[in-house]
Amino acid sequence: MTSTTAVAVERRGGLARFVRRHGWTVGIYVLLFALTLFWRSQTTVKWGPFDVQSLVIDALPLCFAACAQSIVIISGGIDLSVGSMMSLANVVSAKYMLHMSFDEAILFSLAVVAGAAFVGAITGLTIVVTRVADIIVTLAMLFVLGGLALAVLQVPGGGAPVRFQGLVSVDTVLTQWFPAALLILFGSFAVLWLTVRRTRPGLALYAAGSNRSAAYLAGVNVKRSRVLAYAYSGAFAALGGLAFTAASGLGDPNAGGIYTLNSVAAAVLGGVSLLGGVGGLIGPIAAAFVLTLVKTLMILRGVDQNYAQVIQGALIVLVVMVGGLAIRQKGKGS
Amino acid sequence: MTDSVPLLEARDIAKSYGAVQALRSADLVVEPGEVHALLGANGAGKSTLVKVLTGVISPDRGTFAINGNPVRIGSPAQAARNGLAPVFQDPALVPDLTIAQNMRLTGASPAAVERELRALDLAVDFSEQARDVPLPMLRMIDLARALARDPQLLLLDEITAALPSDLAERVFTVMRASRERGRSVLFITHRLKEVIASCDRATILRDGGAVATIVPEEGGEETIVEYMLGPEAAQAVVAAVDKDAGDVRATPAATGVTPALEVIDLSMGRVRGVSFSLRPGEILGVAALEGQGQDDLFAVLSGQQSPASGEVRAGGKMLKARHPYDAIRAGVVLVPADRLQALLPQRSVRENIAAPRYNSVRRWGPINVRDEGRRVREAEEALQIDTRAARQVRRLSGGNQQKVTIARWLANGFATMLCFDPTRGIDVGTKRQIYALLRRLADDGAAILFFSSELAEFPLVCDRVLALFGGEVTAELAGAAADEASLLRAMHGLAAEAEAVA
Repeated sequence: MTSTTAVAVERRGGLARFVRRHGWTVGIYVLLFALTLFWRSQTTVKWGPFDVQSLVIDALPLCFAACAQSIVIISGGIDLSVGSMMSLANVVSAKYMLHMSFDEAILFSLAVVAGAAFVGAITGLTIVVTRVADIIVTLAMLFVLGGLALAVLQVPGGGAPVRFQGLVSVDTVLTQWFPAALLILFGSFAVLWLTVRRTRPGLALYAAGSNRSAAYLAGVNVKRSRVLAYAYSGAFAALGGLAFTAASGLGDPNAGGIYTLNSVAAAVLGGVSLLGGVGGLIGPIAAAFVLTLVKTLMILRGVDQNYAQVIQGALIVLVVMVGGLAIRQKGKGS
Repeated sequence: MTDSVPLLEARDIAKSYGAVQALRSADLVVEPGEVHALLGANGAGKSTLVKVLTGVISPDRGTFAINGNPVRIGSPAQAARNGLAPVFQDPALVPDLTIAQNMRLTGASPAAVERELRALDLAVDFSEQARDVPLPMLRMIDLARALARDPQLLLLDEITAALPSDLAERVFTVMRASRERGRSVLFITHRLKEVIASCDRATILRDGGAVATIVPEEGGEETIVEYMLGPEAAQAVVAAVDKDAGDVRATPAATGVTPALEVIDLSMGRVRGVSFSLRPGEILGVAALEGQGQDDLFAVLSGQQSPASGEVRAGGKMLKARHPYDAIRAGVVLVPADRLQALLPQRSVRENIAAPRYNSVRRWGPINVRDEGRRVREAEEALQIDTRAARQVRRLSGGNQQKVTIARWLANGFATMLCFDPTRGIDVGTKRQIYALLRRLADDGAAILFFSSELAEFPLVCDRVLALFGGEVTAELAGAAADEASLLRAMHGLAAEAEAVA
């Protein structure tokens, strides 16, 4: 028998491989850090923990939206109903929580998250059963859920218990630099995502997005994985809506509108491939912070609102393009 | 062995795709502890039967029994639960996951798989992503994963195709080891030598049904080929050639002219050092089994891929095509098997035929409608295209669609036409029109390279036929001598022995 190394894979250095696989995520954190330093140099009053706390609160809904979108894109789909789902969770919570005690509000929140996961699963089920394209089914859900949100609350109103709002206020911190909002974000990330990420259902999610037929031939239940992805999307979107309720103390049926496309932007910026199978949630969360920070910086510098959007759009294309070129260049090299 | 209950018993399996009956009524019986080969020419129903057995597609009719108990195989997962472990030609490993993650994804224990790989004398880094692992290695990992389950029946679908010989040798070792442990292997291959060397029995499929189950013996290749072909079919083909030879075929063009297309020591993908030359007025056939490099050869010639080495000359001039546009400009045009790959299905016949006219920049701007109309009409008439549904090409029949693809090049001018299985899925009447049309084009000075999966077409159409096996030209036959039996032998790489005997 011939030697073992005939076609054996050449081993690459651990660091090189880490950079190859996680380079994008590292890059986005470096970008976030650089922007933070720039932000610090731009403030006239002394920059401090208060600024960090308000940024986190500002970014929290988008962070959840980015998670919701990323999971679906990783599994090979796209969810245009993220924003509407956030609006619905926001108005439902604001309308019914108004007179609840804190404990009731927490229980109610969990029910909202579970309900949203259920609705998401129905969306996913519709897609795999009818075989209608993801983009069409979720576009329909965008209208359905958006309409329901308006039916629940025609105009901004409602509210939430003070202590519930306090969960993500600038006054609640663990330490000076660590706002409670961040804890909620990491907590939900750990409970919802880290528990499945490395298990079979989690791997199946990546498999379904990476190569559907290889996954099927390997015996993966691709349909179930895709339904699971949409259920996750619903749950994370609901968390985003609840975060909005807590942060604003208000229900607004149009609150979620901007989050649908921003969540796609955050996912892509965070290293999730629109082709599926690639990426995670850690990158998109950083990207959500980057996008929020860019907006803050623009306001700080007094850039016209409309131009601010132009700059934000250009930044997304630029980062993704430069990153893509870097990857292609590396591919040529090896 | 004969007294025992068979391990796998598939009876009366039928499957149709639309009007095409891929499996008419196939039976397959695999005994415990045997290495069983599944053989058949292209289109005999082999791959359909494999897909049915592994639960990838569900049959229209038929029953399965494992160890005598009737079972249903509705999905690959269900096939696995029934003790069937398939290893497909395209490894079922997800590219974005690491090897270890791929193992956990299917519930295989990485440790067990690693043990199997060590037994195969292979070292694999399990933290590597599957997309970074070379294809032959992925196949071996897939095999190790299947073995780790200790399946009752291991199903190897063309696993040795494109495996380096030392790895192929290890696969045979695995097959022998499985047999010794009382496990069975179903081995699907085109390589008859492997069947004779390693298999206990072989089931041969023809026209969607099993025609025979035999015990392969040394020197039994001819017997197998005969079963694959069917004696009556062989007779009929010879008769057809005799009859048609007069009306369709003409004498080959004179030598001493500049070749329209010259391929020198070309290598790319599976193609290994192929050389041939094609004269104007000649139709050169390329006969090959599935996956012997014909796809790569046509992709290079039509400018879709760059060759790894070697050169292509068109009309005496070096052709370095980076894009199909370059090939078209050099007069080398492609007629693919899948018409819809070449056509704009929602657009009209006229637009489809005229499309390549507007490639060059100087043609941009207002379209000369009268000139375009005239050329399109001429091409339509020359090819007798049925234009009743001309507003949308997708409404035309397959035969008429293929005529539109040919008409396109007729209207725009070409020197060499690459026809890749041009009559796939076309009715017999239109097929004959296309044969005659190709011959007429050649008589007018065109050079045509012709690949077909239907062997009966070669003697009808071609002046010469090259057989491609394992990416190399293994034989060259005169068109008239290219009957189905000789072609089939040549395509299995058996030409040398056949000639030696003769």
